[in-house]
Amino acid sequence: MTSNRPSVAKPLAAHIALMLASLVMLYPLLWMLASSFKPEDEIFSSASLWPSHFNLDSYIRGWKGLEVSFGRFFWNSLVISVLSVIGNVFACSLAAFAFARLKFRGQKFWFALMLGTLMLPHHVTLIPQYILFLNLDWVDTFLPLVVPKFLASDAFFIFLLVQFFRGLPRELDEAAMMDGCSPWRIYWKVILPLAMPALATAAIFTFIWTWDDFFAPLVYLNDMGSYTVQLGLRSFVDSTGKSDWGGLFAMSTVALIPILIFFLLFQRLLIEGVATTGMKR
Amino acid sequence: MTIAATTAEVKGTAWMRGFRRNLAGYLFLLPWLVGFLGLTLGPALGSLYLSFTDFDLLRDPRWAGAANYVRIFTADPKFAESMHVTFVYVVLSVPLKLTFALMVALLLNRGMAGLSLYRAMFYLPSLLGASVAIAVLWRQLFAGNGLVNQVILMVFGIQGPSWISNPDYALYTLVILSIWQFGSPMIIFLAGLRQIPQDMYEAASIDGASKWRKFYKITLPMLTPVIFFNAVVQTIEAFKAFTPAFIISEGTGGPIDSTLFYTLYLYQEAFGYFRMGYAAALAWVLVAIVALFTAFSFLTSRYWVHYDE
Repeated sequence: MTSNRPSVAKPLAAHIALMLASLVMLYPLLWMLASSFKPEDEIFSSASLWPSHFNLDSYIRGWKGLEVSFGRFFWNSLVISVLSVIGNVFACSLAAFAFARLKFRGQKFWFALMLGTLMLPHHVTLIPQYILFLNLDWVDTFLPLVVPKFLASDAFFIFLLVQFFRGLPRELDEAAMMDGCSPWRIYWKVILPLAMPALATAAIFTFIWTWDDFFAPLVYLNDMGSYTVQLGLRSFVDSTGKSDWGGLFAMSTVALIPILIFFLLFQRLLIEGVATTGMKR
Repeated sequence: MTIAATTAEVKGTAWMRGFRRNLAGYLFLLPWLVGFLGLTLGPALGSLYLSFTDFDLLRDPRWAGAANYVRIFTADPKFAESMHVTFVYVVLSVPLKLTFALMVALLLNRGMAGLSLYRAMFYLPSLLGASVAIAVLWRQLFAGNGLVNQVILMVFGIQGPSWISNPDYALYTLVILSIWQFGSPMIIFLAGLRQIPQDMYEAASIDGASKWRKFYKITLPMLTPVIFFNAVVQTIEAFKAFTPAFIISEGTGGPIDSTLFYTLYLYQEAFGYFRMGYAAALAWVLVAIVALFTAFSFLTSRYWVHYDE
């Protein structure tokens, strides 16, 4: 390995190329952050990353929101995302345990069907689901967004957990079985504690994807009081987007903060999750 | 106790054990099963039925035969336009994104110092990219007086056009947004590159192979399964793209339908005009396209994907 180590100049050139590339890629984000602290007239006159007058007006204006405060949107998103994480991790780990650690009649059949749903575009179920939730009087509540998560509707996470559960040693279950443990106790006391890294990965991605989701809230939430952050931003664009870029940038920054926090705290886990499961984003 | 009774008892307990095992399996599977039947299979069949009807939510669905499908393929210029927009988007964004991802992964794979920092920085856009906030940012970047034009003005002294409100350019800003998110395929490429046994390169070096030859004869063939995987996943994702086009065009797919992604058109038909039957047919056409594409990829894969075994 050390014998064919390239000369000093080459890695330097590569570093410069990589640094330039990351600067170009991250510049828009940094510029948005900077613009959120700039006075309105400076946003379009300067590409600089340093505001000449540092002020929080955009945040104050943006947070007030439209008819409803942005704080409300933030709270709604938080409630939906946290409930989704609980539902998704619980329901998907139950199904994954059944597929990976138990043996029962029809197991292969259901597993194949589960894999089949991974490829199915959700548009195909959209309209009947909408009619179902409309008839249940769930439109304009959080239920259409949260209840499917308690029914393990995102098969990708079942798949992720099945892969992990299968990797745990079989002897664990057998030993526990000998001691007279029920499947439930094996799931709860043996498998889940060992699967913490996979459960954490699933939880973080569920949170981020739910937080970011735009389509489902767009379909199911019409009343501004129940808007999520993403819907709030969208109506911000439509109503004031051309006049109040400062406020829009400030609230866009706020909308990204939860994801950035997860990124900073758990980037290793996230990147490993992508590398091992081939995640799409 | 007779022997017959004992075997019956044994059979009985064996049956009981089997029953309990099946019961446990189905109890664990229950939430998913309810979801699968009630939220996936049932609705999928429902939308298949609706796709053969006229349905506006107010009155009961009226059977229309294949009329929706006939209209889609023969008399709907908007369908043709959205198909065109979506194909241009897929054909441009997927190869460019994967090329970028592969190039950066190759650079990073040479045991660079600071690998994890670079990897994290390049991954960040992938993680954030689906946000409305990023679409909002993109709208501003490519606006008439946006950041891109400020830079063009500074460097070249030319005033650029408003990229997002020009039908000739609007779609390309979305292609750039997609390329910007090359981070996750890059990470998958990096993981793939790690799997290539180092001794293959060492053997090639002894034989005096050039760098380019090693890339062409070892790296690329060994990486084809990962390239294949990334290409299929990213293509399906690109077909389903929605949010950026919706935000940039304020839900219209404009200017002049130039960003009318297929899913955006479907959304308009369903929730703008409440033509639910027609939208259901559009959804099934999307499924057919994705299925055809996937089948085609798998069929052609045996000619170019190298499986080591």
